[in-house]
Amino acid sequence: MYPDNRYDMHLTKEEEQIYEGEEGWTKKKAMEILVAIGDINHASKLIQIKTAHVSGVSYKTIGEAFEFINSLEGRVEVKSTLNPIGMDIEKWDEMGISKEFANKQTEVLAAYKKLGISADCTCIPYLIGNAPGKGEHLAWAESSAVLYANSVLGARTNMEGAPSALAAALIGKTPFYGLHQAENRKPEIKVCVNCDLADADYSALGFMIGDLVGDKIPMIEIPSLPSKDELKHLSAAIGATGSVGMYHIRGITPESEAEGMESELSEEKIEIEKNDLEEFYALSRTREPDVIAIGCPHCSSRELKRIYELLKTGGEGRKVGKDFFIFTARAITQNNQTQRIIEKIENYGVKVICDTCFVVSPAFENYDCVLTNSGKMQRYVPLLCRGAKAMLCKTEECVRGAF
Amino acid sequence: MKIKGRSISKGVAPGKALISKQKISFLGAVDPTTGIIVDKSMAIYGKEINNRILIFPGGKGSTVGSYVIYQLKKHGKSPCAMINRRADTIVAVGAIIAEIPVVDSLEIDPIEDELIWDGEEVYVNGTEGYIELR
Repeated sequence: MYPDNRYDMHLTKEEEQIYEGEEGWTKKKAMEILVAIGDINHASKLIQIKTAHVSGVSYKTIGEAFEFINSLEGRVEVKSTLNPIGMDIEKWDEMGISKEFANKQTEVLAAYKKLGISADCTCIPYLIGNAPGKGEHLAWAESSAVLYANSVLGARTNMEGAPSALAAALIGKTPFYGLHQAENRKPEIKVCVNCDLADADYSALGFMIGDLVGDKIPMIEIPSLPSKDELKHLSAAIGATGSVGMYHIRGITPESEAEGMESELSEEKIEIEKNDLEEFYALSRTREPDVIAIGCPHCSSRELKRIYELLKTGGEGRKVGKDFFIFTARAITQNNQTQRIIEKIENYGVKVICDTCFVVSPAFENYDCVLTNSGKMQRYVPLLCRGAKAMLCKTEECVRGAF
Repeated sequence: MKIKGRSISKGVAPGKALISKQKISFLGAVDPTTGIIVDKSMAIYGKEINNRILIFPGGKGSTVGSYVIYQLKKHGKSPCAMINRRADTIVAVGAIIAEIPVVDSLEIDPIEDELIWDGEEVYVNGTEGYIELR
């Protein structure tokens, strides 16, 4: 009935009907997006997904493109979560956000909510009730979460873009290619780390790895196993500088011990020594920081507690002498213990902000140099915050630098 | 002369060709409100892409580029159609949501083989996946 060259993928009868518009414009557009992505990547079919995580939510980054989201109708087919927006939903006024921006941002959020997407705006969906299981297929945007889901949790997702994750959420399916297929998840290049690492060392390591491996999946050999928070920072930094959606660490990555896993590993090997890390830190030390920011990706409750302890030790009752912001997910703050910790942190003059972050909010554009423990911020602050610099150091030094 | 390719984004449009031999990063290289190429490293720097048939190898850079293509359309500054050597997901998705016709994988490489000259009249049929030179 239709010419052969319209699409190459195999669609079921039902999928074809959606493609032809029988279930309305929204689903037709979503299906067209999935089919185009599938064809470009030589996918044979669509597969069911368990959850979706959608980026492109801050009004600062999407601007008038929100009209597209606003024009969509219906509901998402699977549990779907959102990335950070441009402001704290409750404290935007206090942050210095303009009324105009706040109104636009509220409209964007309402457009997503109308589609049935959960309004918990965070880059760590896996810590607030959207934790996928091993082998589950997902369509996630937000590179740090994609790397964490594939490499630490053993779920399967490609690095989706903002509209493709949204399209997958609306259909409940994604094209079957790339990291959804076991044969594409094998490590291709070995990275040997020849020193002990802690805290922001994982941000520095990830930054270097992403730069060096590009789109090749690394097998990272480290003397000791990183904590969950360290894995989060490693994932974020690799995602910021590389274009690969997965890494392997034996003892962490569920499938790294599987038979035949090393069949694609090349002879090539990258060695990282202690002085490489030291040089990396030294290079980022360019000027005096005028602000401290922690929480890219959003802080876990463990990290909040640790920051409080560091403030207690370093501050000895004094308030911080520089602007100091901590970013986290609202859902993380909603228990009694964490709320009390946040209160104590704020007593030091530090601001704890939810739903947003330093990079995607317009509130932090007037700083010159930010001290952070995040490799992802080191990459994106210069690009998205009017050319400000980011200086990487360990969490402890970030806190010390505030007094 | 009709040249077959692959349908990436539906719709049909005639227009004058604008050719870039370099890939385009829509986020950063194109001003979404004026349609002017603002990336100085590009050979087509300073050119306006609105109402042209934009011919280039493919997209690159941030996936937010898809929303830049949508913004160009909203401002009336988008190309009337695009032809890629190999479309990538950023351009494909942007074109689909903005409803701009796109064809790729032509039988003759439109860039390498210098098939089309700058300003030549081209007809793009994104629905059926071919272009026509008249």
